[in-house]
Amino acid sequence: MEKRVIFKGVWLPLLLIAPQMLITAVFFFYPAGQAVWQSLFIPDPFGLSMQYVGLGNFEYLLSDPYYRASFLTTAIFSTLVTLVSMGLALYLAVLADRLIKGSGTYRTLLIWPYAVAPAVAGVLWMFMFNTRVGVITWYLGQLGYDWNHVLNGTEAMGLVVIASAWGRISYNFLFFLAGLQSIPRSVIEAAAIDGAGFWTRFRTIVFPLLSPTTFFLLVVNIVYAFFETFGVIHTITAGGPQQSTTILVYKVYADGFVGQDLGSSAAQSVILLLVVGALTVLQFKYVERKVHY
Amino acid sequence: MKLRISALALTAALAGQSAAAQTEIEFWHAFTGRLGELVAEQVETFNASQSEYTVTASHKGNYSETLNAGIAAFRAGEQPDILMVFEVGTATMMAAKGAVKPVYEVMADAGAAFDPDAYIGAVKGYYTDTEGNMLSLPFNSSTPVLWVNEDALEAAGIARDVDLSTWEQVGEVLTTLKDSGNDCPLTTAWQSWIHLENLSAYHDVPFATQENGFAGLDTELALNGPVQVKHIETMGQWAQDGKFIYAGRRNEGGANFRAGECALFTESSAGYAGISSEAEFDFAVRPLPYWSDAEGAPQNTIIGGASLWVMEGQSDEEYKGVAAFLNFLSSPEIQAKWHQDTGYLPITEAAAELTREQGFYDENPGTDIAVIQMTSKAPTANSKGIRLGNFDQVRGIIDEELEAVWSGDKSAQEALDSAKTRGDQLLRRFEQANR
Repeated sequence: MEKRVIFKGVWLPLLLIAPQMLITAVFFFYPAGQAVWQSLFIPDPFGLSMQYVGLGNFEYLLSDPYYRASFLTTAIFSTLVTLVSMGLALYLAVLADRLIKGSGTYRTLLIWPYAVAPAVAGVLWMFMFNTRVGVITWYLGQLGYDWNHVLNGTEAMGLVVIASAWGRISYNFLFFLAGLQSIPRSVIEAAAIDGAGFWTRFRTIVFPLLSPTTFFLLVVNIVYAFFETFGVIHTITAGGPQQSTTILVYKVYADGFVGQDLGSSAAQSVILLLVVGALTVLQFKYVERKVHY
Repeated sequence: MKLRISALALTAALAGQSAAAQTEIEFWHAFTGRLGELVAEQVETFNASQSEYTVTASHKGNYSETLNAGIAAFRAGEQPDILMVFEVGTATMMAAKGAVKPVYEVMADAGAAFDPDAYIGAVKGYYTDTEGNMLSLPFNSSTPVLWVNEDALEAAGIARDVDLSTWEQVGEVLTTLKDSGNDCPLTTAWQSWIHLENLSAYHDVPFATQENGFAGLDTELALNGPVQVKHIETMGQWAQDGKFIYAGRRNEGGANFRAGECALFTESSAGYAGISSEAEFDFAVRPLPYWSDAEGAPQNTIIGGASLWVMEGQSDEEYKGVAAFLNFLSSPEIQAKWHQDTGYLPITEAAAELTREQGFYDENPGTDIAVIQMTSKAPTANSKGIRLGNFDQVRGIIDEELEAVWSGDKSAQEALDSAKTRGDQLLRRFEQANR
C-alpha cells in the first residue's frame, strides 16, 4: 500500500507553501490580473486617463489580418526553434556521450553560447549575415547566392530561427547529456550483446529512456520560443520584412513599449497567456502519456 | 574651543549656502557618441556660466527608449525636468496635458526673455500649437538632402557637377551608373521620413488630412495620392533594376555610402558628422531632388530630430532653472557651434546669421543647403510638419509596405493604399485614447 504523508493540522502546511504562493502571487497573479484589467481599456501613455472599451481591444486585434497571421508566424517560428535547438543538441549530446578522451573540453565549448544574452546573440548573427558587410553573406555571394534578409521574409525567418536556437542548443545539450549518462550502461550493453546496432539501441532503448528529459525540454523550449526570443527579433529584423518575423510576443513588446499602446499590448498578453496555457495543458495531457519515467 | 565651534558654524553655513544655491535640473537625452559628447559639453558650459543651477544630463537610450523612460518615470512620479522627445513623439506629448508644461508657459512663469519669432519658422512650426504657442523647444533638427559620392560619378563617366535637382535627372544618372557596373547607385536612410513625409511636403501635397494632423486628432493618412504613388512606383522599379539598394529601415545605408559603395544617398543633413569624418572620397551635398512635373515643387522640406519637453510636477525654482537653460541652448553662439559641429539646422535666425558671418558655409560648401531648402519658402499647411498619434507605429507600417514594393510583392498603389488603411486604424485608436 502506498505510504501517504499528511501533515497534521492546517497551519503548518499552509506556512510551508506560503513562500511559493507569495512569489507566484506577486510575480504572476498580480501582473496577470493587471494585464486582464488593462486589456479592457485604452489608456493614454502617461496614465492620465483611461477609456473603457470592454472587449474592444480584442475585437480590434482579431479583426486585424496581420495579427491573425502572426499566430501562424509564431507557430512556424516556435516549431522550428524547438526542433532545431533540440535536434542539434541531441545529436551533439549523443556524440559527446560516446567520447572518451577530451569530453570535458567539448562539453565546455558547447555550453559557452548559453552565456550569451539573446539580444547579443542577435547582434552577432546580424553582423555575420549583414546584407552588405556580413562574412557569411559574402561567402554565399561567392557561391552565387544573393542573401538579403532585409527584403526576403523566408531568409529573415531562417536567420532569427538560427540566432534564437543557437544559444538554446547549449542548454538542451546539458540536459540531454545528463539524461544520456543516467541511462544504465548495463541495459545498452545487454542490447549490444544481443546484436542490436547503434540505431536500434538508440531507437528502442536510449530515446524512450530519455523521454522525460525530452518532454521537459519540449515544454521549456516552447516557452522560450514564445516568450524570450524577442531580443533576437528586435535586434535582427524588428519583426520585418512585412511582419514576416513578427511573433506574438514581439508584437506585445513593440505595441506596448515602442508604440505606447498599452491597451492593445495588454490584450495581446492575455491572448498569449491563454495560448501558452492551452499548449502546456495539451502537452501534459497528450505528449506526457508517451513519457516513461 | 571657541575657535573650533566657530569653524564648525562656518562650515555648516557654507555647506547650507551651497546646497541652497544649486538647484538641480534633470535632463534626459538620447545621444551617444560624438553627439553625446557635444551635449555634455553644452551642459558643462551652462553649469560653469552661472552658479544657481546645475543641469545633470543622463543618456536614456535611443529616441524611443528615452521617451519610454520619461513616460515610465512620469507614471512613477519621478519624471525629469527636461525630456528629449523625437519629432515622431510630438503628438503623444502634445496630447499629454497634465504631464507636460508648455515651453511658452515655463518661460512666462519664470519671467524669462522669450521671443518665439527668433526661431526659424519651419522648425518652430513643428512644435507650435494651432494658436501659435511654442510647446517644446526645438533642439536638434535636420532635414533630408542628397549626398553624392563624386568619385563614383566620375568613375562612371559622369560630370562631378551633374545636375541632380530633379528625380528625372537622378533617374538618368542611375541608369548610367548601373550600366557602368556600379553595384549601388542609390540607397537611402529613413525611407518613410524622406520618400513619403518629406516628398509630400516638398511637393506641397498632404501626407495626412487636417493639415497633416496639426488641426485635429481626426486626421487620416493621405499618402496614397498621385505624387506619392508615382515616386514610390519609380523607386520600386529602380529597386527591381538594381539601381536602388534598400539597406534597412533606419540609417543602415549610411555605412555603405561612407564606405564608398554607393554613389547617391538620401539622408538627413545631420549625416554630415559621420560622412565628413569617415568618407575617403570627395562627397558633395545637393538639395533633395523633386519631380519637375509636380506643381508647386520644390516647396520646403520638413524637419526630423528632437525637441525638449518640460515635464509637469516640478518646483518653481526648478522651472526658473529650466527656462535659463533653454534660453542658453538657443543662444546664437551655442546654436551656431552645434549647427557647425553636427550638421543639424541652426534653430534660430541669429545662429544661422552668425554661422554665415563666421565663414563656415564658405569653408564647407554645401552645409547651408539644408538651411536654404527649409527656409526658402514660407511653409504651407502641407509643409509645416506632421503631427500624428502612434506615429512610431504608423511609420513601422509604412516601412513594411514599402519593403513589399522594393521586393516586388506589391505595386506602389496597393502598398500605399494598404498603409493608409492600416495606419488610419492606429490614428483612430490614438483619437480614442485621447478623447
